[in-house]
Amino acid sequence: MERKTQVHAAEGRHDLTITREFDLPVALLFKAYEEAELLAQWMGTKVVKLESRKHGCWQFETSDPKGNVMFRANGTYHEFIPEKKITRTFEMENAPFDVQLEFLDFEALTDNTSKLTMHVIYKSNELRDQMLKLPFAYGINMAHDRLQEIVHKLK
Amino acid sequence: MNLRRDVFQAIADPTRRAILLLVASHSMTAGAIAANFDTARPTVSKHLQILIECELLEQEQNGREIYYHLNGKKMKEIADFIEPFRQLWDDRFNKLEALMKNYTPKK
Repeated sequence: MERKTQVHAAEGRHDLTITREFDLPVALLFKAYEEAELLAQWMGTKVVKLESRKHGCWQFETSDPKGNVMFRANGTYHEFIPEKKITRTFEMENAPFDVQLEFLDFEALTDNTSKLTMHVIYKSNELRDQMLKLPFAYGINMAHDRLQEIVHKLK
Repeated sequence: MNLRRDVFQAIADPTRRAILLLVASHSMTAGAIAANFDTARPTVSKHLQILIECELLEQEQNGREIYYHLNGKKMKEIADFIEPFRQLWDDRFNKLEALMKNYTPKK
């Protein structure tokens, strides 16, 4: 299958870029970020709080099948410009990682296709590499497993 | 104690990354590589040695000269370490796309 999602992480830097083109109008792509119910479905996490506006904040929580919270993250929106841009912070709770800054650019390619560019800035190069290696180190995590199941069912 | 060279540590150095970029297109002798840097020749040699020890560079004898070239297989190993991270986002975005394709606005 074609690699639609690309990750650019230049050596020695403390940032990375994730790009993806969607067979979706930019309005629908943005909506998937704007509505808690939708975000929860594709991120595979519970959305505790989602205030889709400038200075609004968000919180996600992922539990294992027994209900134990495995992952909790939160952040604040610094910019929330519909169908154009989201600037937000991201912080994992109870984890020894510093907060990261994310710039999400939404771009219409045609009436029915769009592109997302996600520029993520970490406190240091070491931290970025640590975050990059997380899925590598732990193998495919639970949320990932669940997502794959859903994706396979859709095929 | 394990003193084996760590690939990621090797590429953390800017000079070593520059060397890898230089030899990416074609094999070069140590002299030709060193000519691209202001650093002393022994320093460049030391960097080459480290890159060879961690198998990022390979040596090839051509007549009297030794040429250095990239070990593509090893470079791929480095590229692969971000693959699970890419896969994670690819899966999320595939899900997003499938979800939104079936989206009908609530009235």
